[in-house]
Amino acid sequence: MSTNSAAAPGPPATPVTTNRIGLTPADYKGAKSTLCPGCGHDAITGSIIQAAFEMALPPHRLAKLSGIGCSSKTPAYFIGRSHAFNAVHGRMPSIATGVFLANHDLTLLGVSGDGDTASIGLGQFCHLVRRNVPVAYIIENNGVYGLTKGQFSATADVGTKAKSGAVNDLMPIDLCAIAVQLGCGFVARSFSGDPKQLRPILKAALSHRGTAVVDVISPCVTFNAHEGSTKSYAAVKEHDAPLHDLTYVPHYENIEVDYAPGETREVKMHDGSRVILKKLGEDYDPSDAFQALSTLHKSREEGKFVTGLLYANPSEAALDRELGLVDQPLASLTLEQVRPPKAALDEVMTGLMTGRL
Amino acid sequence: MPRVNDFNIHVATVNGSGSQTANNTLLRSIFQMGVPVSGKNLFPSNIAGLPTWFTIRVNERGYVARETRNDVLVAMNPETSVTDIAAMGPGSVVVMNEGLPAPKVPEGAVAHVIPFDKIVQPIVPDPKLRKLVVNMVYVGVLAQLIGIEKAEVERALDAQLGKKPKALAMNRAAVDAGFDYAAAHLPPAPFRVERRDKTEGKILIDGNQAAALGAMFGGVTFTSWYPITPSSSLAEALTGFLERYRRDPSGKATYAIVQAEDEIAAIGMVLGASWAGARAMTTTSGPGLSLMTEFTGYAYYAEIPAVIWDIQRIGPSTGLPTRTSQADLLSVAFLSHGDTKHVMLFPSSVEECYDYGMRAFDLAERLQTPVFVLSDLDIAMNVWMADPFPYPAKPWDRGKVLSAADLEKIGKFERYRDVDGDAIPYRTLPGTNHPLAAYFTRGSGHDEQARYTESSEAYPRVMDRLNRKWETARGVVPQPVVEETKGAEAAILCFGSSRWAVEEARDRLREDGIRTSSLRVQAYPFSSEVGAFLARHERVYVVEQNRDGQMAALLRMDYPAHATRLRSVLHYDGLPLDAHTVAQGVKSAEREEVAVR
Repeated sequence: MSTNSAAAPGPPATPVTTNRIGLTPADYKGAKSTLCPGCGHDAITGSIIQAAFEMALPPHRLAKLSGIGCSSKTPAYFIGRSHAFNAVHGRMPSIATGVFLANHDLTLLGVSGDGDTASIGLGQFCHLVRRNVPVAYIIENNGVYGLTKGQFSATADVGTKAKSGAVNDLMPIDLCAIAVQLGCGFVARSFSGDPKQLRPILKAALSHRGTAVVDVISPCVTFNAHEGSTKSYAAVKEHDAPLHDLTYVPHYENIEVDYAPGETREVKMHDGSRVILKKLGEDYDPSDAFQALSTLHKSREEGKFVTGLLYANPSEAALDRELGLVDQPLASLTLEQVRPPKAALDEVMTGLMTGRL
Repeated sequence: MPRVNDFNIHVATVNGSGSQTANNTLLRSIFQMGVPVSGKNLFPSNIAGLPTWFTIRVNERGYVARETRNDVLVAMNPETSVTDIAAMGPGSVVVMNEGLPAPKVPEGAVAHVIPFDKIVQPIVPDPKLRKLVVNMVYVGVLAQLIGIEKAEVERALDAQLGKKPKALAMNRAAVDAGFDYAAAHLPPAPFRVERRDKTEGKILIDGNQAAALGAMFGGVTFTSWYPITPSSSLAEALTGFLERYRRDPSGKATYAIVQAEDEIAAIGMVLGASWAGARAMTTTSGPGLSLMTEFTGYAYYAEIPAVIWDIQRIGPSTGLPTRTSQADLLSVAFLSHGDTKHVMLFPSSVEECYDYGMRAFDLAERLQTPVFVLSDLDIAMNVWMADPFPYPAKPWDRGKVLSAADLEKIGKFERYRDVDGDAIPYRTLPGTNHPLAAYFTRGSGHDEQARYTESSEAYPRVMDRLNRKWETARGVVPQPVVEETKGAEAAILCFGSSRWAVEEARDRLREDGIRTSSLRVQAYPFSSEVGAFLARHERVYVVEQNRDGQMAALLRMDYPAHATRLRSVLHYDGLPLDAHTVAQGVKSAEREEVAVR
């Protein structure tokens, strides 16, 4: 920019793109990433920013939650205008459960990794899904412990090689299969290098009123980029097997997507938004849990990463309904609403006097 | 002359035999006669089959600590009858089931062998039911023996079984049969209950119920917990009260209560809920605390309010889960890694369980830190007499929380800045609609703006402010209860459930010519009055229910100059503390003191 450009009557600056609530992409940015240059996690961060901007998510309504690991650092790098809770290793699900029950008006976005979720946090992950706590739960899955320098994680594939040369012989834990098995109402797998697929999946996950598990294969450029690793960028790119093309249509848009009959399937989300799945090869029914499990099983045997919306059942009732909570967030109840009247205490005291409580 | 309204009844039965209803009936009928009474359940970690004892102290003067000397024994358990009976002293009365193995009755004791099974047989033909009703026969026998009015027994029974008319009728018949048998065959005992007016308007309640009531009236909105004895009954009582009294007009719940998958999740949910603005608590015991370690350190450092009830019991793993202790002090005080210290409250009574049920929230939210309430099995699971609890006179204190309007007015927000000079920063809740509201919560190094830092200046700055907040805490936690006796050289310092044995022991010591002052610690960190008290007394006996003198250790850390004044009187056998242990401990040490001089 030349020093006199401000005074010069040249063409007007490019109009800043704003979304429905008048925010720009910059409003969804966070601090500068401190991850390794080229990290798949940064690409996911970019997709989250873009998805949230396009959905016009009010930042103050979002709570970002994470555990410990490279992935769990990323909430610092997006949507700085949202509250964030970077918890302890593997325990983000319990934080999410508490946050949601305290304020069920919030949209929860959880970021975790394969170590954080599949190893130390497997128990909490399972119970989060079991309770159906509404949170878009993103696993940035690279099959390796990055922050502690290259140990295998529990999602490392059989036969994959570590940077040190060690070969993994243990069966990987498939978090998507576990989620389906536990009755999760939204299970997807994607690839950090495919923002075109990831973005609509993220939007749908954020629209799901229940636990949405999004397992994103996110290659580690430092500890898992070598020959012989099944989760290097090159290996994932080569073995990525998308189930369908995804389009997310927000509830406020009345777009009819023009596809030939039989070519698409549609998933209607709780908030009225829709996910349109366009067939790529074999027909895939995301409402069929058996098909989801057999597809995951087959893809592992074939050494492929099947990606897309694996399972969707958006009708599942979330935990707040299960507990019969008031509509108002518990966090905003007044003293008058939560302190029973004196008559209640008197009744209890009389019961304790007579032994007829 | 019979001993009136001052004796101890000890009932030995088999766990799971339905003796609880019988024992409660005894306790309540004496209470209804206006005579102060306390009951302690000395039970095993077992659902059915192992020995269990219930001890009832009848005491007109209002002493409620456990009494080690038993005056009346009801022996129903063949496995323990020999030792139970052998332990009875001269002048005592034994009521024993026919056919029980028994030693020679101790000299001066009177034993009545009662054919309980034969008495109950015609009343309850079904042998399975009979096993549950037979205990009610000893209620009738005892009532007649020691003068409990039958109408009061019936009233107490009716209160418990009134909703089950068939069971009520059967149990009544069993009481009658026992009563009639005793009237026909037994001489009156040398112990009598005589009607008084000392329980008028009082309630009977256990500490866990009291804590649950406090939490409810304190406005709890979130609770998560994992089952563990002896804390489960707090969560269960709370669930019961909330279901009944905390529904909005449309019937929806103004609270959430979650049974977590473990204690790590329980505390995690509490922190998440509290961070998002709920009044959140959990309840646990020793092993659960261990699992909460990392998160409570996080909460201390990230400054998130949380209320954690620790109902103390003995040991790791299973330990002795049904035995009482005060042995979690040191582990709770510094729970977690790094420079961590926690606020602790020590309720000594059901009244304080109720009070702290509310106040713990106010303190946690005011100080933005975890607050641990260290109850114990004795207070929590035994039944205590109390005045009816007062309705809270004050509104709640939700601490320093900024709204969007506040932020608009101030135009600035730094999460970890000491603005007011009390070292307590301001916080905002997620959902606050203002561009300045958000901040990043982390356990890792952070500066005043909650930004990540490993700066060797910012980190100690945060730690020093937390230490200043600790100083603020000293002034706002419940203050010690001091009773100064003129001319007393010795003093007794205690906390929690030891209070009752200490009060009684001080009376006994006074009768023996040893005058004592006393201080009861109600909270940690200690307030200045604790130090001043130590400075005023040559010898301070620290009474506690653990092996290592944990309270004394904390006192020595804070008051090294007075360390040599502290002497421990310890009790750690798993049974509630008794006055004899305290009085004896102080007396022998004081005599030694005099001898040395």
